[in-house]
Amino acid sequence: MLRNRVSSSEWGFRLVLFVICAIIFLAIVYPLYFIIIASISDSTLVSTGKVLFLPRNISFFGYDQIFQDNRIWNGYRNTVFYTFAGTLVNLLVTLPAAYVLSRREFRARRIIMLVFVITMFFNGGLIPTYLLMKDLHMTNTIWMFILPFCVNVFYLIIARTFFESSLPSELYEAAAIDGCSHFGFFIKIALPLSKALISVVGLYYLVGHWNDFFTGLIYIRDNNLQPLQIILRDILLSNQVFQNGAGSGGNAGGYAQKYADQIKYGVIIVSTLPILMLYPFLQKYFEKGVMIGSVKG
Amino acid sequence: MGTRMIFNAFKRDFQLWVMIFPAIAAIIIFNYIPMYGIQLAFRDFDFSKGLTGGEWRGLFYFKQFIDSFLFADLMTNTFLISFTAIIIGFPAPIILALVLNQIRRKRFKTLMQTTVYLPHFISIIVLVGMMNVLLSPETGIVGYFMKSIGFGDINLLASTSTFIPVNIVSDIWQHCGWNSIIYLAALSTVDPQLYDSAKMDGASRWQTIRYIDFPALIPTIVILFILSMGNILSTGFEKIFLMQNSLNLPVSEVIATYVYKIGIVSNQFSYASAIGLFNTLINFIFLFAMNAIAKKASNTSLF
Repeated sequence: MLRNRVSSSEWGFRLVLFVICAIIFLAIVYPLYFIIIASISDSTLVSTGKVLFLPRNISFFGYDQIFQDNRIWNGYRNTVFYTFAGTLVNLLVTLPAAYVLSRREFRARRIIMLVFVITMFFNGGLIPTYLLMKDLHMTNTIWMFILPFCVNVFYLIIARTFFESSLPSELYEAAAIDGCSHFGFFIKIALPLSKALISVVGLYYLVGHWNDFFTGLIYIRDNNLQPLQIILRDILLSNQVFQNGAGSGGNAGGYAQKYADQIKYGVIIVSTLPILMLYPFLQKYFEKGVMIGSVKG
Repeated sequence: MGTRMIFNAFKRDFQLWVMIFPAIAAIIIFNYIPMYGIQLAFRDFDFSKGLTGGEWRGLFYFKQFIDSFLFADLMTNTFLISFTAIIIGFPAPIILALVLNQIRRKRFKTLMQTTVYLPHFISIIVLVGMMNVLLSPETGIVGYFMKSIGFGDINLLASTSTFIPVNIVSDIWQHCGWNSIIYLAALSTVDPQLYDSAKMDGASRWQTIRYIDFPALIPTIVILFILSMGNILSTGFEKIFLMQNSLNLPVSEVIATYVYKIGIVSNQFSYASAIGLFNTLINFIFLFAMNAIAKKASNTSLF
């Protein structure tokens, strides 16, 4: 019955729509899938186009090498630490500030907001910022990853907008009559009501820290402090030789060319896996964040 | 009387001030002090006298940049890379949002959205690393297929003619989905009654896209276009820097990477600051110009 009512042009439309969606889907998923199968296949087969849909000559040599490499583990450890410490500081600074800026009775909120927003459009530039960090003796320390950019004004606006729309002023007035201070209200009422927001902003910050390589490149010279992304650059882009010779592409260290590229595919997987595993569960929160933020720019 | 009122207000809001203090301190120290340091562009840098203690040189370093033999190349490269990325990259998320908005089945739509947002979370290093392993003419699969259809001599990563296309395509791959969210949000605010009455009038799905969905996006499009025009001379340092190699350098050296090399690598702080400031000023001019044009043309503007 229903099918009869669908006109032929509607069927044409659905077909075109489906084909377009399929192309988009494959264009995004296939390269990622290919990296996965290439990381466990014979590299010579991969580079001659013989590995397309399923892995061939499966070996975990690349992963084996990666797991034995100290630099990668050191970078991993650093990045995990910077990500969690950094995100914690981000939230401890951003959330209370956003709460304050959402209170209408706080007279200075307009001027302070303006001071914050200006920094979105104008900044001192790379060199003055670099020289300031040097003067503060923060270059080459772990503090570089945690302190300087602890407020992202865009996320601050998202959080403020959320507090404004989800915490009616009657709620605070009622709490204030019961003798609740701003501190108490923020910790006991505002935060528990804002779990979705805390996840959104927390995740934005988390991903930012995990993927950050600029800080390491500009401000850090000490190899032991470098985050994973810098190590990745050395392996993937600068073709740095692996600890015991593999990955150099040639015959160095007696390793067969056949596995050389496995390492490159492997480090891509190893470094991206944490984000990719979190991703499906968090995707809806990410989107919510942009939606909240776009209500009031 | 006045001071007393201020004192009372401060006393009342004391806890609020405590809560916002760390954020204000961080912004002032790490954002405003460097802004004050911009005067370095007009001064010599003197290690013993700090950021702003050197001798005043006026526009000396700006002149040095404009007179330098790299000036024309840097400006052209920066402009070309960001202009092409904006012009070709800008419509992509709009089209994607219109497509995704047409999907009726909820689970299919969620699957598509989850997929298209995904590349946004991949780090730039990993993205460029993926491009390197996939496109390499010796060991990459794309390189292999290029060879087999007769384009064997072109190294997509190390050729002056393919740098810009590769940059655009990878940009779209990574950010198109994420950038479509804001358009999808705008489409979700369209009054459903409009669709119902269009259906009653016998409009096809193409027609609803053309006459309802697209017009609903125009204000968002204008605002985002003005904003992206304000970035016409900021290519984003990281990706270009990572894609650079000695073979594509004639087209890939941009202002941001040059500032890094002059300032951080070879310590010519004043000269690098001047180049950076010059870049910022041109961005501002574009932002204000586009804003003025948009105000005249469509009554939509940022400020």
